[in-house]
Amino acid sequence: MDNARKEWGLNAILALVLFAVPLWAWLANEPFIITLATRVAILAIAAVGLNIALGLGGMVSFGHALYLGLGGYVAGIAAHHAFNGTPVLGLAGTNQMLPIWAIAMLVSGAVAGVVGALSLRTSGIFFIMITLAFAQMGFFFALSWPAYGGEDGLPIFMRNQFPGMNTSRPWDLFVIAYGVLMVALLLFALLRGARFGAALMAIRQNPDRAAAVGISPFGIKLTAFVLSGMLTGLAGAMMADLTRFVSPAMMAWTMSGELIVIIILGGVGRLFGPVAGAAILVGFEVFFGGLTEHWKLWLGLVLLAVVLFARGGLIGLIAGRARHG
Amino acid sequence: MTLALMLEQLLNGVQFGLMLFLMSAGLTLVFGVMGLINLAHGSLYMIGAFLCAAVAGATGNFWLGLMAGIAAAAAAGALIEVVVIRRLYDRDHLDQVLATFALILILSEGVRMVFGPFPLYLNVPDMFRGTVNLGIVDYSLYRLALIGFGLAVAVGLWALIAKTRLGIRIRAGESDREMIAALGVNIRALYTVVFALGAALAGLAGALVGAIQSVQVGMGEPVLILAFVVIVIGGIGSIKGAMVGALLVGVIDTMGRFLLPRLFALFLDTSQAMGVGAALASMLIYLLMALILIFRPKGLFPANG
Repeated sequence: MDNARKEWGLNAILALVLFAVPLWAWLANEPFIITLATRVAILAIAAVGLNIALGLGGMVSFGHALYLGLGGYVAGIAAHHAFNGTPVLGLAGTNQMLPIWAIAMLVSGAVAGVVGALSLRTSGIFFIMITLAFAQMGFFFALSWPAYGGEDGLPIFMRNQFPGMNTSRPWDLFVIAYGVLMVALLLFALLRGARFGAALMAIRQNPDRAAAVGISPFGIKLTAFVLSGMLTGLAGAMMADLTRFVSPAMMAWTMSGELIVIIILGGVGRLFGPVAGAAILVGFEVFFGGLTEHWKLWLGLVLLAVVLFARGGLIGLIAGRARHG
Repeated sequence: MTLALMLEQLLNGVQFGLMLFLMSAGLTLVFGVMGLINLAHGSLYMIGAFLCAAVAGATGNFWLGLMAGIAAAAAAGALIEVVVIRRLYDRDHLDQVLATFALILILSEGVRMVFGPFPLYLNVPDMFRGTVNLGIVDYSLYRLALIGFGLAVAVGLWALIAKTRLGIRIRAGESDREMIAALGVNIRALYTVVFALGAALAGLAGALVGAIQSVQVGMGEPVLILAFVVIVIGGIGSIKGAMVGALLVGVIDTMGRFLLPRLFALFLDTSQAMGVGAALASMLIYLLMALILIFRPKGLFPANG
């Protein structure tokens, strides 16, 4: 129980710090730091999504950048048409975040449903490769489809709006992202605690035994995969609004790799693992990126050390191993 | 669209496929024998290309460069195996993906630190300059030489695996690791040799392709992903599968990019046809891979039965 208490303490500290640092930056008029914190929050939402598939379900998806990119393109395309006053598929474009988020989640959930239904026929290394292949399909489609910028990407001239907030102010955008992150974490915790989560984790640990007690692995895994894609898609729509730009790079395989890296650095399957991991990654990029242009070398060395010697990530290091390996 | 153009594209596809085979053979051997998924294979390709370009640039001799590229990739492979990869054989695929992803970051930045951020250029060796007449089309002599080279290496690799003692051990390692260790084969040394052999093939491919592309950091990753597509299509662990998969991917990708825009131009206007055709062509091999995995979840030639 001691470890569990430590983990909750660490979670509370992480949640508090992620709010307090930009709050201080807001008072001290440091918009750059607020934007960094927003980036951490949005990356963390994406990684919470992946954590459902990877951490709870043990499905190593090497293609989650696809859903990030899909969400991003939904936001970009909706804003593009709203800005130009042209219809898209017979509907008017929109510059409201809430409907954009809903569409982003629907689209990425639908795609995740198709990808998951096909990919879950395989397992192990083949699953890793087929999810990568689907993401590459999306990447190359976005790269060579000229209507929405192709290789050059699609700028969002005016950030999409949220009722009661002024999204062009960094602090307002941060509050929105932080709020969504907290809701996402709550959903993850509820999911993990529910019968569904128990079944999912049982399948990860031993699919044969799970099947023997009457749990059908395919449906549960597919549901988890779709939920996972939806949440990552939502993060993609928010990421596009943060950078006010969507490009095929959001779907690149390195992005899929980074999402996995975030989870590993933080701690696989841990509630706040994605938050810790995203903070480490962004912090690393900013801190070492300022010291040396070769910061990726150091990131690689740290990552290698974590994989070889410190499995369990930051949260595992401080709060000990999870109760169920 | 003439027959000559078609033949030229087909040859390009075969040449591309054979270079992919050099990459995939090492990748599939390493997976087949050690059960390891190695994302850093593309970095070895890059190292081969950089060393070849640097040495060829300094000495003016392409062949010296080629030797240096192969040797450097093999040495880097052996070093990586001993320092890092060896610790990953018993780990799950997630750890292997991450550790080798970390290796990509380290090797890419390392190469950038040594050779600088600008691309290097590598000239085609003098004896393969120009074109050769193939009856209906003048084809690049160097690309034709690459086809010959690729086939020769494929035959050599087949002979190595089918006819030599090392080959017997590799095949034995693929079917039962514990048993050959019990029979007194030094399995650790065998793993290092297999990894270095795969690295040498990747370095060779990088050096050969370096003469028709610019040699730059990040050149390995697109090829790496294609090589993964190849071995998944062919069946992981199977050299024959790698050959068939590589030729399929090389020819389908090249011909798709050539034919699809022209096909759509039959019923769409030109600019639209170019867009749709190009978008679809770039997705074609991934579509092929997904289809094969759905109908043959272990690839066309599954290793170990």
